[in-house]
Amino acid sequence: MKYLLLPYLSLVLFLGFFLPQDKELEESMERGRDIYTDFCVQCHLENGEGVAGTFPPLAKSDYLMEKRKESIRGIKYGQQGEIVVNGETYNNMMMPLGLTDGEVADVMNYITHTWGNSTDITTTVEEVAAIHKN
Amino acid sequence: MKISILSIYIFVVMTSVSCGQEPKNEVKVPENMVFTTETVVDGIPIPWGMAFLPDGAMLITEKSGELIHFKDGSKTVIGNVPEVYVRGQGGLLDVELHPDYKNNGWLYLSYSSAEGDDKGGNTAIMRARLKDNKLVDVQQLYKATPNTSKGQHFGSRLEFDNEGYLYFSIGERGDRDINPQNIGRDGGKIYRVKDDGSIPSDNPFVGTDGAKTAIYSYGHRNPQGLAKHPETGEIWDHEHGPRGGDEINIIAKGKNYGWPVVTYGINYSGTPITDKTEMEGMEAPIHYWVPSIAPSGMAFVTSDKYADWKGSLLVGSLSFQYLERLVLDGTKVVAREKLLADMGRVRSVRQGPDGLIYVGVEGKGIVKLVPKN
Repeated sequence: MKYLLLPYLSLVLFLGFFLPQDKELEESMERGRDIYTDFCVQCHLENGEGVAGTFPPLAKSDYLMEKRKESIRGIKYGQQGEIVVNGETYNNMMMPLGLTDGEVADVMNYITHTWGNSTDITTTVEEVAAIHKN
Repeated sequence: MKISILSIYIFVVMTSVSCGQEPKNEVKVPENMVFTTETVVDGIPIPWGMAFLPDGAMLITEKSGELIHFKDGSKTVIGNVPEVYVRGQGGLLDVELHPDYKNNGWLYLSYSSAEGDDKGGNTAIMRARLKDNKLVDVQQLYKATPNTSKGQHFGSRLEFDNEGYLYFSIGERGDRDINPQNIGRDGGKIYRVKDDGSIPSDNPFVGTDGAKTAIYSYGHRNPQGLAKHPETGEIWDHEHGPRGGDEINIIAKGKNYGWPVVTYGINYSGTPITDKTEMEGMEAPIHYWVPSIAPSGMAFVTSDKYADWKGSLLVGSLSFQYLERLVLDGTKVVAREKLLADMGRVRSVRQGPDGLIYVGVEGKGIVKLVPKN
């Protein structure tokens, strides 16, 4: 019995620490999916594949996963000018979407955790709020 | 057995999808460009609409909410423009002058507005006069309800017909199963009002219980093009379809244009919306685009400035970033030309009083097509 106590306690601690976080992320992704369907899907398409040469992909996108700040800024304020995504140059314009900081965080969490994208980072409202136009 | 049924199904679906568009409707880059381009106004992120004032000035709506007056190379931001609900596709949208602007000074704006008690916004139409770089005598003529925080499908183009009625479009605001087929609700409609916003007594749903009486036609998705045909005087629209299935329609009184009951398009996910492209009692488009070009802005060419262009229709493409010229034989599209390839998302197009074509390009501004001689 004594031997089981330690693993039991660590399990409780482990779950207590990680589960709420996971649940928060999950809920954020859920809201993010709705935002995606509303604001993004017309161009970036259902599976984040985009349109080659016109709308950059989000699925397995090196730009999205490696340039978090730039990506958040793009969603928050709109995107204009040349960017290189997976070796291909895009020079298009995404209009400012008018999303709240919370919605930007939600949609970031959705697109960075689906279609084969994965990261340990959960985007927070605070992180989005700290990013300014330039 | 199951597998063979499935494969027959897939075969039939794929065949009908791939044969959806006849080859003659392919867009072609013309061998000889009959024009060169010149940037007239630069530094405008999203030139949603434009209008030409009698004194040679130009009014340009910038989506984030600025009404820009441009004359002799200088830009002035007009004051007292209504607050706009900038979210998704919403913002300050179209601008149009009264046919008798010279005498009465009325200009008309469409925009998304958060006015009202509920959260979100919806499309509004207003008129005002311009005085000392400010809007005065501001009157709101229409405000669609209810508000919603959805980001898509506000419409909203403005156009006058030969009788002086004002037409405007309001998209279905992302509620395709609720709005477009219900004449008791706003959204997914083309409206007709008098120049002061009052409802003409012969509007089709005047006297119909519960109907929004400003409605002139319904079953639309998101019309961002509205233009009066120069000869027949009819109002033509084009509208964004879902994936595939952008359309051109000739707007007739009280008619149902079918969205989302009939469409050539499919969901963005690739799943079908309906298997029907036509149905009794629903108007068929005179043209549809597969794949979608995402049309915005629409103008008939009535001048003789560009070779044989007179009588053809110009439409901007947002997704493929070019200006399309549709050659018409009556109401039939007989050829499509790709102009201004890769210049940027084409948001608006107009023929100016000088007979030249002006094009609003996102991220740039206003570009003029200068005829080659």
